[in-house]
This record gives sequence, C-alpha cells and structure tokens, in this order.
Amino acid sequence: MMSAVEPLLEAVAVTKHFGGLNALESVSLRIVSGSIFGLIGPNGAGKTTFFNCLTGLYHPDEGWFKLHGKTLAGLPPHAVTRKGIARTFQNIRLFANMTALENVMVGRHTRTNTGIWGALRRCAVTRTTESETRARAQQLLDYVGIGAHAADLARHLPYGDQRRLEIARALATEPHLLALDEPAAGMNATETRSLRLLLERIRADGMTLLLIEHDMTLVMRLCDRVAVLDYGRKIAEGTPREIQQDPAVISAYLGME
Amino acid sequence: MIQLLSKYFIRRQIRPAIVIIGVALLPFAVDSFAGRTWVRILDFTLLYIMLALGLNITVGFAGLLDLGYVAFYALGAYCYALLASPQFDLHLPFWILLPLSAGSASIFGILLGTPTLRLRGDYLAIVTLGFGEITRIFLNNLNAPLNITNGPQGINKIDPLYIAGHSLAQPLEIFGITFSGIYLHYYLFLVCVLGIIFIVTRLQDSRIGRAWAAIREDEVAAVAMGIDTRDLKRLAFAIGAAIGGFGGGLFAAFQGFVSPESFSLLESVMILCMVVLGGMGHIPGVILGAVLLTVLPELLRYIGPLQDAVLGRIWVDPADLRLLLFGLGLVGVMLFRPEGLWPSTQRARELAPADPDIVHQEQESLYDVSR
Repeated sequence: MMSAVEPLLEAVAVTKHFGGLNALESVSLRIVSGSIFGLIGPNGAGKTTFFNCLTGLYHPDEGWFKLHGKTLAGLPPHAVTRKGIARTFQNIRLFANMTALENVMVGRHTRTNTGIWGALRRCAVTRTTESETRARAQQLLDYVGIGAHAADLARHLPYGDQRRLEIARALATEPHLLALDEPAAGMNATETRSLRLLLERIRADGMTLLLIEHDMTLVMRLCDRVAVLDYGRKIAEGTPREIQQDPAVISAYLGME
Repeated sequence: MIQLLSKYFIRRQIRPAIVIIGVALLPFAVDSFAGRTWVRILDFTLLYIMLALGLNITVGFAGLLDLGYVAFYALGAYCYALLASPQFDLHLPFWILLPLSAGSASIFGILLGTPTLRLRGDYLAIVTLGFGEITRIFLNNLNAPLNITNGPQGINKIDPLYIAGHSLAQPLEIFGITFSGIYLHYYLFLVCVLGIIFIVTRLQDSRIGRAWAAIREDEVAAVAMGIDTRDLKRLAFAIGAAIGGFGGGLFAAFQGFVSPESFSLLESVMILCMVVLGGMGHIPGVILGAVLLTVLPELLRYIGPLQDAVLGRIWVDPADLRLLLFGLGLVGVMLFRPEGLWPSTQRARELAPADPDIVHQEQESLYDVSR
C-alpha cells in the first residue's frame, strides 16, 4: 500500500501553537522522492510555519519530521541543512552586499570543511577546495541561468534573478529536498513560466521539491501532489485535479459554507 | 614582449621594495624631522593598527558591534604586567607571556561571546559596553582585600621584552648604528602588525571569512545555509580578543607601566572609530583609520604653541579642540563618505548608484508587479 514506497520526507502529526493560535494542528505529509509536492492554502493557513518547523527555525510542539526515515527532531537549523533540506525564503533573503558567486559559495559551507588552520596555512588542500567551491558555484549560477551575473552584487540583480540566485544558493548545499517558499511571488507571467521550466529541470535532475505557492496555475501544472492547509489543518491532499474538485478546498478558498 | 614582461615584473617588484624601505627607514626620518616623541607616537600607531585589525574581525567581518574591545587590551596588558613585574615577584619570559596574554583575552572573548550569541546590534553593543566598563572597574578595585592589581596606582616596573638576551628597553648597536629602545619596539611591532595583517587577510578570504560575511548580511539566511552561527560568532570574538590581548601584552612591556585609566570607554570608542572611519571590513582602510586617529590628535598638540605665537595667547585649549574636531570629523565622514575613507571596492559599489541598466531593469520589474 502506501508503505510500498519509502517517502523521502515524512511529517508526523506536526503541531505548533503560538499562544492561543493553532498555527499547525497535527499535520502529516509524505513526500515521495523525485516528486514535486505543493503546499497551498489561504494566507495565514500555516504554510510558512510548516516550513520553519521543517527547517528547524521553530521546534514543533508535537510531532516530528523524518528524512530518509530518520528523525530530525530537535536539530538546530544549520544541522537540518546539513542533513539535506535546503530552503528559500518568501521575502528574498540573499546576502545582499555579496556578489552572486559569493552567495552561492556560502551555500557550499556545509559541504566543505576548511577550518581556521587550513585558512591560515592555505595549503594545497585548502586551495583545491576553494577553487572547487568557486567552480561549483559558477556551475550552479549557469544552471539557473544567471551565470553572467556572477560578479554582480546580489542586491543589484533584477527581482527574478534574485529568486534564481536563492535557488542556486540552496542547491549549493547539496540537498535531498529543496523547499521553496513562494518562488513565483511577484513574478509576471513570463517570469513564472521560465521559473516553472527551471523547477521542472531541477526535478528531472533527480531533486525532490516542496513548494509553497499562491499561483494556482503554476501549482496545478507543476505539482505531482498537493496538500491544502486551512487554519493550521490539512483539509485535503491529492493530485492537482482531485484538489481542484474537492468541496472542502473550494469552500476554504471561496469562503462558501 | 619580453621587454614588456620584464617591465611589468620590475614595476611589480619596485613598488613593494620602495614601501618596505620606506617603512624600515621611517623612524629615522621621523626622528630627524620631528624628534623622539614622534618615534614613540609611531610605535603607538602600530599598536593601534593591531587593535583596529583585531576589532575589525568582530565588527567588520562578522558584524558584531563590540563597544568594550578595550577590555581585551586591558586583560592582555594586566596578564603580562602581573606575571612580569615586582607585583608578585614573577618574571616569566615574554615568549610565554605574549601567547598567554592573547590566550587569556581570547578566553574572556568566548566568555563574553557565548551568552550574547542571541543578541544583535544595539543590544550586543550595550552588553559589550558593560563588559568593558566592568573590566576596568575590576582592575581599579582589585587591590583590597587582596591586592592583585594594585588598584588605581597601576603596576610599575614591568619587565621589558628580552629578545636573544637583549632588553628592548636598552639601545642596541649594529654595524655602528645605534638603535634606541623605541626604534627596536618599532621594528618588533612592525613585524607583529605584518603577522596580524597576514592572519586577518587569510581569514577574510576563506570559507570562514565568507561565513562571517554571511552572518553579517543576514543571520537567518546564513543559518539556512548550514552555517553554525554560534560557533562562528564565538570564533570571531575569540580571535578578535586574542589580537587585542596580544597588543595589550606588547603595550605593558613597552610602557613598563599599566593602570586602569589607560583602558577607558573612550579608548574602545577610538578603536571602533578607526575601524568605521577607515572602512569597515577593509584591511587597508582600517589601517589608514588607525594611522589617522593616532597621528592627527598628536598634531593638534601643536595648536597651543601656534596660537601662542600667532595670536599672543592660547584661545582654545588643544585638549578641548581635540574632541570637538574629532566629533566634527566623524559627522563629516558619516555624511559624505558613509562607507569609510578607504572602503573595499565592493562596499564602495554598495553605496554608489547602480548601473543604469540595472535601474532600468528594477523599474521594469516593479512595473510588472504593480500591474
């Protein structure tokens, strides 16, 4: 049955309260490797809270996440990244005053291990690591299509390219799961389309994606499975087609009783 | 082609050579034009360069505002003073004491850094400011019931540095040229400054330096990139403090005397100003800042006699003028060159207007959004 395919990520009854507000109420999900999973819901439904719990910024009150069957409970965010979950942010959080290339090089932090002595001695190993980091970063910039902007400051990039840079930086951490928080927010139709092509390509190259998105056309075209959150509860899950026809979803979105 | 190449290499080698010879002969030139006092000021300039470079690690690289940096300087100085003076009748050699000064300051750096890991900006500044003052007050009051620091009187008769059996306080004759103590200290401090420049440049241009820059730019994003911000912030505090403590040890040995009043809040503020004024995070800029802020106040001392000679009496006390001009200068720099006097090319670009193409693109994407 379900257990036939071991999920890459499993959320087990994740609950998070902020005072009296139930931001997440026992949300469970299973994301299969190599798929694109969409998480949708009206504003304030708990999507970003779910992301923050997943990436270790918040600790869930109850429940936990399992990556490759191993629990991530209690890990600080940097350790979650190390385990293989990378994320982007709803309101872009780049290292604004570093170049695009440097931004991606920072992403390589967990996958390299030059310490203070290595940095001071700058021995052969350090130099090799450094040039590999640089080359890999350039490769990723090319991959997301902004290779020509490598030397530009992140804050000087056009909006769409900043989104792409965030994706490149996240990919640099060599994640198993790439979690994108509203990657198409503020994009026009053309930009959204080219973003969709990029995400499809990333998936085709073997990545698993978790996507929070408001752009329904994008979600419906891109995602293999979609879960809907409303007031912190999962009210539906299924293929995009099933979701579109689900009465609970329609009423959540349109406010019908 | 070969001519061009050789020209290029000669040029590349001549410029550093001129700099090296210039720096090496500087004390002689200064001595003959301006007198002994100025050689001493030169020595202090080098000490302040070390301190500014150390503080630049916490403030410039990692973006952690530290207003109590002088505490580390004080800890290093007292560490040296207590273990190489008649105070406890201990006389350890400098090659144990200088690392010990750096090490103990660095431990205090970690002690300060650990509980303040969650703080940023203003809050961190207040805690570090408190730490600086507490350290000074401790040193001031640790003379009773058990006399450790000798209180406000300070510690006297600190052993000078001995290198190869020769006291750096005594003149040394080499090839018929007599190098007095302040000359010898100049060369020693110069070597230390070069060493510290080497360390900080290498650190800045490494995985660690990049991680510090990421923390400075956006801590949440840095964490999301897998950077252990706790460790790296502690490391920034520890290395910055170690350099401060090392400078303190040199200061104690050079002066032969330390007292708490050398380590006031104003001193911390001065060192911070060197970093900010010169160009935060940019090593040559920070050095320039340190040089300017050590040399300019000394130049102001001449204003008193100058007024006397020209105007017949001293109208404005140079000591008052010093803080006034300092304040004005600082306001001026913040208004007209917020990136510092000599910023890195990157920081200069941050504050410069963007490329017209980019402005155009930005406007276009804004238009798309509003549509």
